[in-house]
Amino acid sequence: MFDIRVQPADFDLSTETALIRSRHRDVGAIASFVGVVRDTNDGTGVSEMSLEHYPGMTEAALKKIVDQAAARWNVIDATVIHRVGTLMPTDQIVLVVVASRHRGHAFDACEFIMDYLKTDAPFWKKETTPEGSRWVDARTADHDAQQRWKQT
Amino acid sequence: MLKVLYFASIREALGKDSEAVELPADPTVAGLIDALRARGGIYAEVLAANRRWRVAVNQDMVGLDGPLQDGNEVAIFPPVTGG
Repeated sequence: MFDIRVQPADFDLSTETALIRSRHRDVGAIASFVGVVRDTNDGTGVSEMSLEHYPGMTEAALKKIVDQAAARWNVIDATVIHRVGTLMPTDQIVLVVVASRHRGHAFDACEFIMDYLKTDAPFWKKETTPEGSRWVDARTADHDAQQRWKQT
Repeated sequence: MLKVLYFASIREALGKDSEAVELPADPTVAGLIDALRARGGIYAEVLAANRRWRVAVNQDMVGLDGPLQDGNEVAIFPPVTGG
Protein backbone atom coordinates (compact mmCIF):
# COMPACT_ATOMS: atom_id res chain seq x y z
CA MET A 1 0.00 0.00 0.00
CA PHE A 2 1.38 3.33 -1.02
CA ASP A 3 1.23 6.29 1.34
CA ILE A 4 -0.67 9.28 -0.08
CA ARG A 5 -1.40 12.35 2.02
CA VAL A 6 -2.94 15.75 1.30
CA GLN A 7 -2.44 17.99 4.32
CA PRO A 8 -1.79 21.57 5.49
CA ALA A 9 1.06 20.40 7.74
CA ASP A 10 4.74 20.35 6.78
CA PHE A 11 6.64 17.09 6.23
CA ASP A 12 10.14 15.76 6.88
CA LEU A 13 12.04 13.86 4.18
CA SER A 14 14.30 11.98 6.62
CA THR A 15 11.33 10.77 8.65
CA GLU A 16 9.57 9.52 5.51
CA THR A 17 12.61 7.69 4.10
CA ALA A 18 13.33 6.14 7.52
CA LEU A 19 9.74 4.90 7.62
CA ILE A 20 10.11 3.27 4.20
CA ARG A 21 13.47 1.67 5.16
CA SER A 22 11.93 0.26 8.32
CA ARG A 23 9.21 -1.50 6.31
CA HIS A 24 11.38 -3.33 3.73
CA ARG A 25 14.60 -5.30 3.61
CA ASP A 26 14.76 -5.58 -0.20
CA VAL A 27 14.96 -1.85 -0.96
CA GLY A 28 18.28 -0.85 -2.54
CA ALA A 29 17.43 2.65 -3.75
CA ILE A 30 15.26 5.52 -2.55
CA ALA A 31 14.76 8.52 -4.86
CA SER A 32 12.96 11.63 -3.68
CA PHE A 33 11.75 15.00 -4.91
CA VAL A 34 10.86 18.02 -2.79
CA GLY A 35 9.01 20.97 -4.37
CA VAL A 36 9.55 24.36 -2.73
CA VAL A 37 7.62 27.67 -2.94
CA ARG A 38 9.72 30.25 -4.89
CA ASP A 39 9.64 33.97 -4.13
CA THR A 40 9.23 34.88 -7.81
CA ASN A 41 7.10 33.64 -10.72
CA ASP A 42 6.90 35.03 -14.25
CA GLY A 43 9.11 37.94 -13.24
CA THR A 44 6.96 39.08 -10.31
CA GLY A 45 7.64 38.78 -6.60
CA VAL A 46 5.50 36.27 -4.72
CA SER A 47 4.91 36.89 -1.01
CA GLU A 48 2.39 34.11 -0.35
CA MET A 49 0.85 31.11 -2.09
CA SER A 50 -2.46 29.42 -1.38
CA LEU A 51 -3.38 25.96 -2.62
CA GLU A 52 -6.90 24.78 -3.33
CA HIS A 53 -7.76 21.16 -4.15
CA TYR A 54 -10.68 18.86 -4.86
CA PRO A 55 -11.03 16.66 -1.75
CA GLY A 56 -11.63 13.04 -2.69
CA MET A 57 -10.58 13.35 -6.30
CA THR A 58 -7.12 14.59 -5.31
CA GLU A 59 -6.30 11.45 -3.33
CA ALA A 60 -7.81 9.20 -6.03
CA ALA A 61 -5.82 10.96 -8.78
CA LEU A 62 -2.55 10.64 -6.84
CA LYS A 63 -3.20 6.96 -6.15
CA LYS A 64 -3.88 6.35 -9.84
CA ILE A 65 -0.58 8.06 -10.79
CA VAL A 66 1.46 6.00 -8.31
CA ASP A 67 -0.28 2.80 -9.45
CA GLN A 68 0.66 3.63 -13.07
CA ALA A 69 4.30 4.10 -12.02
CA ALA A 70 4.24 0.80 -10.12
CA ALA A 71 2.88 -0.99 -13.20
CA ARG A 72 5.83 0.30 -15.22
CA TRP A 73 8.79 0.15 -12.83
CA ASN A 74 9.82 -1.81 -9.76
CA VAL A 75 8.23 0.25 -6.97
CA ILE A 76 8.50 -1.48 -3.61
CA ASP A 77 7.11 1.48 -1.70
CA ALA A 78 6.13 5.10 -2.37
CA THR A 79 5.06 8.14 -0.41
CA VAL A 80 3.43 11.24 -1.88
CA ILE A 81 2.62 14.21 0.36
CA HIS A 82 1.10 17.41 -1.06
CA ARG A 83 0.39 20.39 1.14
CA VAL A 84 -2.70 22.60 0.81
CA GLY A 85 -3.69 25.93 2.35
CA THR A 86 -1.44 28.96 2.75
CA LEU A 87 2.31 28.62 2.14
CA MET A 88 5.20 31.09 2.14
CA PRO A 89 8.35 31.30 0.00
CA THR A 90 10.93 28.64 1.07
CA ASP A 91 8.12 26.39 2.40
CA GLN A 92 8.05 22.79 1.21
CA ILE A 93 5.00 22.08 -0.95
CA VAL A 94 5.26 18.53 -2.29
CA LEU A 95 7.20 15.35 -1.52
CA VAL A 96 7.57 12.23 -3.66
CA VAL A 97 9.61 9.30 -2.33
CA VAL A 98 10.03 6.08 -4.33
CA ALA A 99 11.80 2.94 -3.13
CA SER A 100 13.01 0.26 -5.55
CA ARG A 101 15.57 -2.53 -5.70
CA HIS A 102 17.83 -0.44 -7.96
CA ARG A 103 18.27 3.29 -8.62
CA GLY A 104 17.16 3.42 -12.27
CA HIS A 105 13.62 2.40 -11.42
CA ALA A 106 13.48 4.72 -8.39
CA PHE A 107 14.68 7.77 -10.40
CA ASP A 108 12.32 7.15 -13.32
CA ALA A 109 9.25 6.37 -11.22
CA CYS A 110 9.86 9.46 -9.03
CA GLU A 111 10.09 11.77 -12.06
CA PHE A 112 7.08 10.12 -13.73
CA ILE A 113 4.96 10.65 -10.60
CA MET A 114 5.95 14.34 -10.39
CA ASP A 115 5.29 14.94 -14.11
CA TYR A 116 1.82 13.36 -13.92
CA LEU A 117 1.01 15.11 -10.64
CA LYS A 118 1.61 18.44 -12.44
CA THR A 119 -0.99 17.69 -15.14
CA ASP A 120 -3.50 15.26 -13.57
CA ALA A 121 -3.89 16.01 -9.84
CA PRO A 122 -6.58 18.63 -9.04
CA PHE A 123 -4.59 21.31 -7.21
CA TRP A 124 -4.69 25.03 -8.02
CA LYS A 125 -2.20 27.65 -6.89
CA LYS A 126 -3.04 31.27 -6.22
CA GLU A 127 -0.15 33.61 -5.54
CA THR A 128 -0.01 36.97 -3.81
CA THR A 129 2.15 39.52 -5.66
CA PRO A 130 2.70 43.30 -5.21
CA GLU A 131 -0.09 43.80 -7.81
CA GLY A 132 -2.57 41.65 -5.89
CA SER A 133 -3.43 37.96 -6.02
CA ARG A 134 -3.64 35.87 -9.19
CA TRP A 135 -4.33 32.27 -10.14
CA VAL A 136 -1.26 30.55 -11.58
CA ASP A 137 -1.58 29.54 -15.25
CA ALA A 138 -0.90 25.97 -16.32
CA ARG A 139 2.38 25.66 -18.24
CA THR A 140 2.85 24.07 -21.64
CA ALA A 141 6.23 22.78 -20.42
CA ASP A 142 4.47 20.69 -17.75
CA HIS A 143 2.17 19.17 -20.37
CA ASP A 144 5.20 18.37 -22.57
CA ALA A 145 7.04 16.78 -19.62
CA GLN A 146 4.07 14.48 -19.00
CA GLN A 147 3.65 13.61 -22.69
CA ARG A 148 7.21 12.29 -23.05
CA TRP A 149 6.33 9.31 -20.80
CA LYS A 150 3.61 8.14 -23.20
CA GLN A 151 4.54 4.74 -24.56
CA THR A 152 4.44 4.32 -28.30
CA MET B 1 -30.22 16.21 -11.15
CA LEU B 2 -26.46 16.63 -11.35
CA LYS B 3 -24.31 17.98 -8.54
CA VAL B 4 -22.01 20.46 -10.27
CA LEU B 5 -18.88 21.66 -8.44
CA TYR B 6 -16.66 24.61 -9.40
CA PHE B 7 -13.05 25.17 -8.37
CA ALA B 8 -10.39 27.89 -8.31
CA SER B 9 -10.79 30.76 -10.81
CA ILE B 10 -14.09 29.32 -12.13
CA ARG B 11 -15.53 29.10 -8.60
CA GLU B 12 -14.51 32.72 -7.97
CA ALA B 13 -15.91 34.01 -11.29
CA LEU B 14 -19.28 32.30 -10.75
CA GLY B 15 -19.39 33.22 -7.07
CA LYS B 16 -20.41 29.71 -6.00
CA ASP B 17 -18.71 26.39 -5.31
CA SER B 18 -21.60 24.09 -6.26
CA GLU B 19 -25.16 23.92 -7.55
CA ALA B 20 -27.75 21.36 -8.61
CA VAL B 21 -28.31 21.29 -12.36
CA GLU B 22 -30.97 19.40 -14.33
CA LEU B 23 -29.62 16.52 -16.46
CA PRO B 24 -29.43 18.08 -19.96
CA ALA B 25 -31.41 16.68 -22.91
CA ASP B 26 -28.04 15.71 -24.42
CA PRO B 27 -26.72 13.75 -21.40
CA THR B 28 -23.02 14.35 -22.03
CA VAL B 29 -20.38 16.77 -20.76
CA ALA B 30 -20.81 18.77 -23.99
CA GLY B 31 -24.57 18.93 -23.39
CA LEU B 32 -24.06 20.24 -19.85
CA ILE B 33 -21.53 22.86 -20.97
CA ASP B 34 -23.96 24.03 -23.70
CA ALA B 35 -26.81 24.25 -21.16
CA LEU B 36 -24.68 26.30 -18.75
CA ARG B 37 -23.43 28.59 -21.54
CA ALA B 38 -27.04 29.18 -22.63
CA ARG B 39 -27.59 30.94 -19.29
CA GLY B 40 -25.45 33.73 -20.78
CA GLY B 41 -23.58 36.31 -18.68
CA ILE B 42 -20.66 35.08 -16.62
CA TYR B 43 -21.43 31.40 -17.45
CA ALA B 44 -21.07 32.04 -21.19
CA GLU B 45 -17.88 34.00 -20.52
CA VAL B 46 -16.21 31.48 -18.18
CA LEU B 47 -17.11 28.44 -20.30
CA ALA B 48 -16.34 30.01 -23.69
CA ALA B 49 -14.74 27.61 -26.15
CA ASN B 50 -11.53 29.64 -26.23
CA ARG B 51 -11.14 29.51 -22.43
CA ARG B 52 -9.35 26.56 -20.87
CA TRP B 53 -11.33 24.36 -18.50
CA ARG B 54 -11.46 20.69 -17.58
CA VAL B 55 -14.30 18.43 -16.45
CA ALA B 56 -14.34 15.47 -14.07
CA VAL B 57 -17.32 13.15 -13.68
CA ASN B 58 -17.48 11.26 -10.40
CA GLN B 59 -13.91 12.43 -9.72
CA ASP B 60 -12.43 11.12 -12.98
CA MET B 61 -11.30 13.51 -15.72
CA VAL B 62 -13.31 13.04 -18.93
CA GLY B 63 -13.63 14.63 -22.36
CA LEU B 64 -16.60 16.44 -23.92
CA ASP B 65 -18.13 13.14 -25.02
CA GLY B 66 -18.22 11.81 -21.44
CA PRO B 67 -21.72 10.49 -20.61
CA LEU B 68 -23.76 11.86 -17.70
CA GLN B 69 -26.39 10.21 -15.50
CA ASP B 70 -28.72 11.53 -12.84
CA GLY B 71 -26.89 11.78 -9.52
CA ASN B 72 -23.42 12.25 -11.05
CA GLU B 73 -20.95 14.61 -9.42
CA VAL B 74 -19.56 16.85 -12.17
CA ALA B 75 -16.65 19.19 -11.47
CA ILE B 76 -15.62 22.05 -13.75
CA PHE B 77 -12.21 23.62 -13.16
CA PRO B 78 -9.25 25.33 -14.85
CA PRO B 79 -6.15 23.31 -15.86
CA VAL B 80 -4.42 22.10 -12.69
CA THR B 81 -1.32 23.81 -11.26
CA GLY B 82 -0.14 21.72 -8.31
CA GLY B 83 3.32 20.46 -7.45
